[in-house]
Formats: sequence, C-alpha cells, structure tokens
Amino acid sequence: MRPLLRWLTAVGGLLAWTAPVALAQADRVVVGAKNFTESSVLAELMAQVLEAHTDLAVERRLSLGGTMICQEAVRTGEIDLYAEYTGTGWAAVLGNQERVTDPLRTFLHVQSSYRDRFDLVWLAPFGLDNTYALAMTEARAAELGVRRISDLLVHQAKLRAGFSIEFGNRADGYPGLAAAYGLELANVSTLEHGLAYDAIKNGQIDLIDAYSTDGKLARYGLRVLVDDRRFFPPYHAAPVVHGATLRKHPEIRGALERLAFRIDDAEAQRLNYEVEANGRNPKDVAREFLVRAGLLAAADEEPTVVGRAGFFGLVAERWRHLLGLAAWHVFLTALAVLMAAAVAIPLGIAITNRPRLRQLALGAAGVLQTIPSLALLAFLIPVLGLGAGTAVAALFLYAVLPILRNTYTGIAGVDPDLVDAARGMGLRPGQVLLRVQLPLAMRTIMAGLRTATVISIGVATLAAFIGAGGLGEPITEGLYLAYPELVLTGAVPAAILAVLADVGLGRLERRLEPWA
Amino acid sequence: MIEFEGVDKVFLDGSGREIPAVRQLDLRVTDGEVHCLLGTSGCGKTTCLRLVNRLEVPTAGRVLVGGEDVAQCDVYRLRRRIGYVIQSGGLFPHLSVARNVGLLCDLEGWSPERRQARVAELLELVNLPAGEFGARYPGELSGGQAQRVGVARALALDPEYVLMDEPFGALDPVTRGQIHGEFEELRRAVRKTVLLVTHDLAEAVRLGDRISIMDRGQVIQTGTPAELVASPANEFVAEFFATLSGGAK
Repeated sequence: MRPLLRWLTAVGGLLAWTAPVALAQADRVVVGAKNFTESSVLAELMAQVLEAHTDLAVERRLSLGGTMICQEAVRTGEIDLYAEYTGTGWAAVLGNQERVTDPLRTFLHVQSSYRDRFDLVWLAPFGLDNTYALAMTEARAAELGVRRISDLLVHQAKLRAGFSIEFGNRADGYPGLAAAYGLELANVSTLEHGLAYDAIKNGQIDLIDAYSTDGKLARYGLRVLVDDRRFFPPYHAAPVVHGATLRKHPEIRGALERLAFRIDDAEAQRLNYEVEANGRNPKDVAREFLVRAGLLAAADEEPTVVGRAGFFGLVAERWRHLLGLAAWHVFLTALAVLMAAAVAIPLGIAITNRPRLRQLALGAAGVLQTIPSLALLAFLIPVLGLGAGTAVAALFLYAVLPILRNTYTGIAGVDPDLVDAARGMGLRPGQVLLRVQLPLAMRTIMAGLRTATVISIGVATLAAFIGAGGLGEPITEGLYLAYPELVLTGAVPAAILAVLADVGLGRLERRLEPWA
Repeated sequence: MIEFEGVDKVFLDGSGREIPAVRQLDLRVTDGEVHCLLGTSGCGKTTCLRLVNRLEVPTAGRVLVGGEDVAQCDVYRLRRRIGYVIQSGGLFPHLSVARNVGLLCDLEGWSPERRQARVAELLELVNLPAGEFGARYPGELSGGQAQRVGVARALALDPEYVLMDEPFGALDPVTRGQIHGEFEELRRAVRKTVLLVTHDLAEAVRLGDRISIMDRGQVIQTGTPAELVASPANEFVAEFFATLSGGAK
C-alpha cells in the first residue's frame, strides 16, 4: 500500500504542477510549527539561527495543525524540532490533571518526562510565557493605580469585566482565579474574544482576559496585570527536539541556546503584532529581530514588504497556483474516495446477508467517523508520516462509512420479489447481484459516493496541516499570516468544488436510473 | 412430469417454532397439462410451486421433475428448464422489455442476433410487437402488458415446464378475461406442462385441465373441473364450488 501511495502521490504531484522539491537527505533538519502566528515566528527564529550558526540545511514545515500533530511529528522524527509551551506539554501531552504554578518545576518535569517517554529534548526556554492574563487599558489602570491582580480587590464593585466564554468557565480561568484571589467582581459579562478588544478600547468594559503575548495587547495599548499570586499556569515556550537528531547534530543545542531568554513577553507581543496587525511575513519579522539582537548579520536583501492585495487581487495574481492546488485537492479527494469505494462497496455487499459482520463493520466505520480530523491525522503520522499518504488515508477512512452504509441500504432495499424472480429464473448468486441487485441499488450507492466526496473535499483542506498541500494551503498560510483574504482564496474554491461535486454527482445519480 | 412424493415442508418462525406449510403431499402433474393449485391464501400452494424449482427444499419426501429428483439436479440448470412467472410479472425495472425477455438468452451466451430474433418472436406471441414495446421500460407498461412480458420472459429458453404463481391476480377483471383468452391461444401454440397457483376458482376452471384443491398444506382432491363439480370429495370442496354460480363461466 505504501509504495503504491507514494507512487500515486508522485504522479498526482506532476499532475498538479506542484512536484515536490527534492531535498538533500543528508544533514537536513525540519522545523515545524503549529498553525498560529507565535508558533510560526518562533519556528522562523529557530530556523534562521540554525541556518546562520550550523551547516545544516533547514526545511520548514509550518502550519502543522495543532499540538497533537506536532507532537506525533516530532516524536516520530517527521520533523526534528518545534516550539512548545510548558503548560501544554504538562497538561495536553503528558496528561497531568494537577494544576501547576511553579514555572521551573513545570519545565523540569516536562523536560524529564519527555526525555523518558518520548526521547524528546526540551532546550532552554525563549523567555516568553504565553499564559492567560488579565488586561486593562494603560489609561484606566493608571487612573485606578492597578498594577497587580490583587489591586483589583479594591475596585471590584465598580469594575466591568468582559471575559471570553472559555475563560469565564474554565477552572484555570475566572472561577479559579476568583477563588485564589478572593475576588468578587460585581459586573462580569461574557463576550466573543475578538470583540473584547474593541469594547475595552471604547470604554464599555474595563477588564478583559487575554493571552499574555497577544500582539493585540500592544496594538490596543493594554497593560497586563501581574499575576502576583501565581495563579495562571506557566506556558513558557521552548524548543522541543527529536532526541536522535540532537545526538547526531549536537551543534543544534548551541545554536538554539543563543535564543534562550532573549524573547520576553513584550518582545513576543511586538513580533506577533508585526505579523498580525502589520501583515508582515514571519520570516522577515524574525530576521529583523535576529539582526537587532546581534544573532544574525544584517542582510543585504531588502525585506519583502508588500501591501496586502484583496481577494480578487490575490486570485488574479495567483490563479495558476490556485488551479494547481485545486487539481491536487481533487486528486487527493478522488484517490481517497475511489479507494474507499473499492473497499466499502464489496464490504457493503458482503454484509447484506451477514447480520453480525454488518453490526461490526457499520459500528467500526461509525466510530472512525466520530474521530476528530486532527486527531485522526495525528494517529496516522507515526504510520504514514507527514504528507499526502496520511491525508489520503484519513480521507479514505472518513469516506468508508457513507459508501458502506449506502451500499448496504441500497442492496437491502431491492424488492425481495425481484430477487426471488431472478433466483427462480435460474440466475446464479453472482448474476443476481450484478444483473439485478447492484443496478437497482446503484443510485443509493452513488448517493453514498456523493456524500463521501463532499465530506472529503471539506476534510481535505486539513491536509495542509500535515504538509500535504491542496486548497488548505492558502487557508493555513492565511491563518499563519493573519490574512483573511488569503484564507478565502482557499476556502472559496474548496466550497465551489464541493458544490460542483454535489451537483455533478447528483446529475450522474439521476442518469443511472433512466427508467425512473 | 412433475411429481411430489410424500412431501413435508416445515418453516421455522422467528422464535424457532415450527410452522407446517405442506403436509404429506402427493401430486402428479402430467406432461402437457395445465394443472391448477387452487386454495385460500396460506394453504401452502405457493410453497408447493417453490419446491419444484428448489426455491424451497422439502423437509421430507422428494420432488421429481421429468423423473429426476430436484435435490440431485444442478439447481441453475433445473431452473432454466422451468419457466417462472410471478404476480405482476416480476419484471426488472432497470431493464427494457427486450432486455427482460432476453436476459436468460444473454446469460446462456446466445449471440445478439439470435437473442433479438427470439425476443421478437416471443413478444409477437404475447401480442406485444417488439418494434413498439421492446425499448420500453416496465414502468411504462400497463398491468396486462407487464404480465404478458412476464410470460414471454418465462418462455425465453423454451422450457418444458412453466410455474405460474398467481400470474393474473393483480389484473382488473376485464384485462384478466382478455388475458385468459390469450393464455388459451398461447397454449395451443406452445405445448407446455404448466403448474399454476391461483385462489380464483373461475380462473382455475377456465384455464386448468385438472385442478388440485388445497387446504392447510394438503391436497383435498384432484380432478378435472367437471369431476370436481360433479363429485366433490368433501364439504370444503363443495363449498368452494358453490361460489362459482354466477362466476366467469
């Protein structure tokens, strides 16, 4: 299966005009990042430091979905390193239930647990602590003399707080915070986080929750209150490196330690702000910082500062590329759906007369369907690696259920008298199936294929999270650059493809029953 | 010749209880006759029919077709020697009339020319010109037309035997009368041994050379219509025939 997939992948790559660049196998490290701004900026910082201070060739695999995907990728060596947060490692990866507050203890714990359990090495932290925080406008904070969270106690009767729904309800959010500080804010409302910044700027509320390195804090002139009772868990960012890579290239440690404690929360806010608010490329933002910090010689090439084109401008400029991505997207989807059909249709036929096997097969396919896509991708990375193979496998698994269920329903729904007539006439079981049952079930089976295709086109946009390309690429790229119009250049064609597939296959479906 | 020798057929219901459908059945359908199995619904007559082409297997006893025990035959060869007509024709809705009629010829590997000629001949026989009806789908036919196509399909491989399960049961009385007439004509044209299941006494009397009256899984009496009317074996048969007054004949 795997060589076949690889082969098909290669063919499809040519087909989509996106033949992957052949990279030298030797002395290459792969830097990964999760799909949000700060992770990308940290990845760029690490990548450029490695390029400047080692002889290694660096490949970037940015926008890799979430924590689970990065964790699986670095554990299996699909990527060699990425930036992780101590609090995330503590809770999400290691599964610790207990809350922690001591940054050093947390760091040492994740460092030793990662080493023992995954052979992964945490190097020295960058310095920034991207945790929950409370923020007020500088003006209001100065007026009330609030610097620390404890200072809020004096003003709790008159302060108006606007918290995100998540923060308002999580144990490590407001409820826990209130208990830890004995805080009883009289006026707390919940609102969408994106709206909170405008609300506090307009003076409708006084206090919001935020992430401490959020670029918007600087943009809106907000002051982060000191967590003087150390309530919020520490989320210090640090490089996590695949153990074998570090043993083979110990120079990685020295190079990355140049970044140790060089980026504090305020610096992280500035870097994030450059990308999110000013629309700069993380690569340029990282380079400027490194030059400023004396970690990189000033470059002769001009940083690429470009204005941001609108949706139509982007489409006009990149249509050929988008067409290639769309072709690749169609290829991934079609391959997965065809493979699913090749398995699910025979299986659907086989379970028609076997109730126990039927329960098992439909049950298993149903369970597969409930696995969240990112989790499924994460499970598949150790088996198939990063790239098209994993994407096709995940799409395949999602496509099985609708086809299987419709094949079974279609065949079971054929009028039993007709099957009886066919048997009575002397048709062999295979002939009954091919001449009577399948043709009469074909429309229902097609409807299953149609559902599977439409689902797959949607899910295939996630393929970009694991570096498999397709129309998810501009989507993840746009998320990484905080560039909504770029997101649309992927999302709109994907939606159009889904509608076209739905309509086209619907037509085909009707054409399969000329007698109706 | 179709022979039943001491045949029992017992079904099991969902909870494993035994439901006898046919009990100690002895019956002989002689070559060339139209033999009607007449009885109320649930009397086991359809089961008898299905025992002949082995859609059902006897619990005890044996069924012989042309002197051969059907249990020993190749079941697919057996069924292709026996035409099978069910209520409303049982036509495959996804195949044209010509395809329905020619399906078995196709499966037997006939050349397209030979198949088409046979289909035309059969459709002619049931008064449905192939030029006009061959390309239609069953959904475009009236009940009587569909039934005729069903008969034509059963005759495709020129079988020695034909089983008919309530073939005209779903037709309106006028169409049924007409098709009965056609059936009699057809019999004169092609001589077959026919076992026909019906609950319609008038139909049995009109079409049957001999009639077997069935009740609760057993044959009560077998004879020509005249014999049955003249000397009913018991009350049940007599009552059955009492309803004939003012019937179709």
